[in-house]
Amino acid sequence: MKYMSEYRDPELAKKYLEEIKNTVSRPWSIMEVCGGQTHSLVKNGIIDMLPDSVTMIHGPGCPVCVTPLNLIDKAIYLAEEKDVILCSFGDMLRVPGSKKNLLEVKAEGADVRILYSPLEAVKIAEDNPDREVVFFAVGFETTAPANALSVVHAHRRGVKNYSILASHVLVPPAIKAVIDDEESTIDGFLAAGHVCTIMGNSEYHPISAEFKVPIVVTGFEPLDVLQGILMVIRQLEQSKSEVENQYARIVREDGNPDAQKVINEVFEIRNQMWRGIGEIPESGYAVREKYAAFDATKKYDVTIEEAPENPDCISGLIMKGIKKPFECTQFGKKCKPTNPLGAPMVSSEGACAAYYHFSGLVEA
Amino acid sequence: MSENNKIRMQLQCPMPKLDFDVITLGHGSGGVLTNKLLDSGVFNLLSNEILDEHHDGAFLEFKGKTAFSTDSFLVSPIFFPGGNIGELAINGTVNDLAMCGATPKYLSLSFIIEEGLPVKEFWDILVSIKFACEKAGVQVVTGDTKVVEKGKGDKIFVNTSGVGPIHPKANIRAKNVTAGDKIIISGNIASHGMAIMSVREGLEFDSEIKSDTTNLNHTIISLIEQFGENIHLLTDPTRGGVATVLKEIAQSSAIGIDLIQRDFPIDEQVASACELLGLDPLYVANEGLFIAFVSQSEADTVLAKLREDENGKNAQIIGTVVAEHPKQVIMKSAIGGKRVISMLPGEQLPRIC
Repeated sequence: MKYMSEYRDPELAKKYLEEIKNTVSRPWSIMEVCGGQTHSLVKNGIIDMLPDSVTMIHGPGCPVCVTPLNLIDKAIYLAEEKDVILCSFGDMLRVPGSKKNLLEVKAEGADVRILYSPLEAVKIAEDNPDREVVFFAVGFETTAPANALSVVHAHRRGVKNYSILASHVLVPPAIKAVIDDEESTIDGFLAAGHVCTIMGNSEYHPISAEFKVPIVVTGFEPLDVLQGILMVIRQLEQSKSEVENQYARIVREDGNPDAQKVINEVFEIRNQMWRGIGEIPESGYAVREKYAAFDATKKYDVTIEEAPENPDCISGLIMKGIKKPFECTQFGKKCKPTNPLGAPMVSSEGACAAYYHFSGLVEA
Repeated sequence: MSENNKIRMQLQCPMPKLDFDVITLGHGSGGVLTNKLLDSGVFNLLSNEILDEHHDGAFLEFKGKTAFSTDSFLVSPIFFPGGNIGELAINGTVNDLAMCGATPKYLSLSFIIEEGLPVKEFWDILVSIKFACEKAGVQVVTGDTKVVEKGKGDKIFVNTSGVGPIHPKANIRAKNVTAGDKIIISGNIASHGMAIMSVREGLEFDSEIKSDTTNLNHTIISLIEQFGENIHLLTDPTRGGVATVLKEIAQSSAIGIDLIQRDFPIDEQVASACELLGLDPLYVANEGLFIAFVSQSEADTVLAKLREDENGKNAQIIGTVVAEHPKQVIMKSAIGGKRVISMLPGEQLPRIC
């Protein structure tokens, strides 16, 4: 299959693994920033194939994991109390809010719909002029262009009953926050290939230079990930700290200018809460004043009291790579995919769920 | 159902003239309207000696061991590439009986219809039920129709139950599975689920992805005839897909299962659709597929025989039962890594990116 099987070749994988083994001379910790890469590591069984001296740390790049609790509560409130058609990407539905999740709200009768594209939500709004439609616009820079485009599209078509509940997070400030943490032990990064497809690589050069860490922009197929790991290790062994592009077949140095343009048209940078981590300066997008009519937080009174996180959940420490999921006292006990205490146990790209499935614990 | 079959259906079973176009609450209330619908529809099309008695229940006679199974069917859309909810409901229960090593014989058939369903659609469903029954060699002997208010259903729900005698040579039991058994899958995975998803998401491919819904009873019985007790366990990986079914078996029988990802047969377009929608084909539903646990010594012969069958052309050995890691299913990934296969906590939800 074109562009699928080529990057899953077992012979090439073996060669990369050999090369990694031959290159490593001491232990290294590498963070794959993006949840998609975590998913690929787990799905392909790569973690077990790597030499013991290479430790992969699953980063904060899992959108469902870092979406603030309060925002999920807001989405639930809109679906339940305001009778809106709440549209969302699929894996947001199982993420626990302070009392329940969107799947439960749906089961109780709220109109919650799973979509693949926010443009479908605009269509739903047009088809239901007497209903309000809200799209739960979460994600990294990757989903931002489509979410922004839906606003522009609705604006152009004069759709008045459409708005977005936006919680966009940005990768470079998160990498900085992770490195900045005193307890951090990360030696190098695999940056998120699809984020860079949109934004380009320019933001990573100053980080790499300032903190002296290698950053390799990496794809998601097993061979991409293996090659990305090898490139980071080569740099580390040679005491280099550069930005390299493993995913050059997709990622251009300056990214996708058209996508950036539509993002800038609709969003502006703001400080952003990251679930489990806290506020990171200039790490998210807010809807610009110009498009306030499409901003659900302005359209509806959705002031909801900040609920406390489950005190047993240490998801922040896990996403910063300071603790491994199995070092959590609740892991696999109180906290399981069927009863997640925190978001990283929900999505298949969340670090805890990934470890849970990988460890093969049997659900009681 | 093929185009030819569709045309044959329409020629053989023209819709009777009725003085209503849509089904209303009155059709489910036991009065004149119900009789009209049932007489001209169900009884007429599915006529057989037992059903024609029009009694409250069916009079049946059994000797020896009998298998009994039931299943309810809800699918949206009710018509999809490769079939509709009617034949799905027949094939589903027929296949469940076949997985017991039984020859399906009699079925019950119940509808819960949402008010407003066009009679034409109901007729098309009935006609495909008729043909599915003929193909599988089963008779509908009893049934029921209820109508619910608009908004209280999803067009039509179908329940079928079925019985049939267990083949004398069959000895299908989870406890018969032993280390060394080979695991054979009868064809391409994930076709049914992705046919439904492609329609829902409006995806278009070079050629349409079609549901694999079909009856497997003839295929199964001929395997049992030839290989008898060497077939240890049969199961059809419908909801939850291949991964869920195998994990269930591993857990309930306390056996270990090793799978090899590269040996899984999958249609190229189905694989692409799964990639595109962020779904794992291992967890996607199948309707015309079965998995057989077979004695190691006979596995290659069973596979060769199965590949001669219309329903087994793409059959493959996908794994082995092992004594190590009881209750665990471990798959060797395409690149040679190991992945633990677990059950999903719920419905498979598409990932954000």
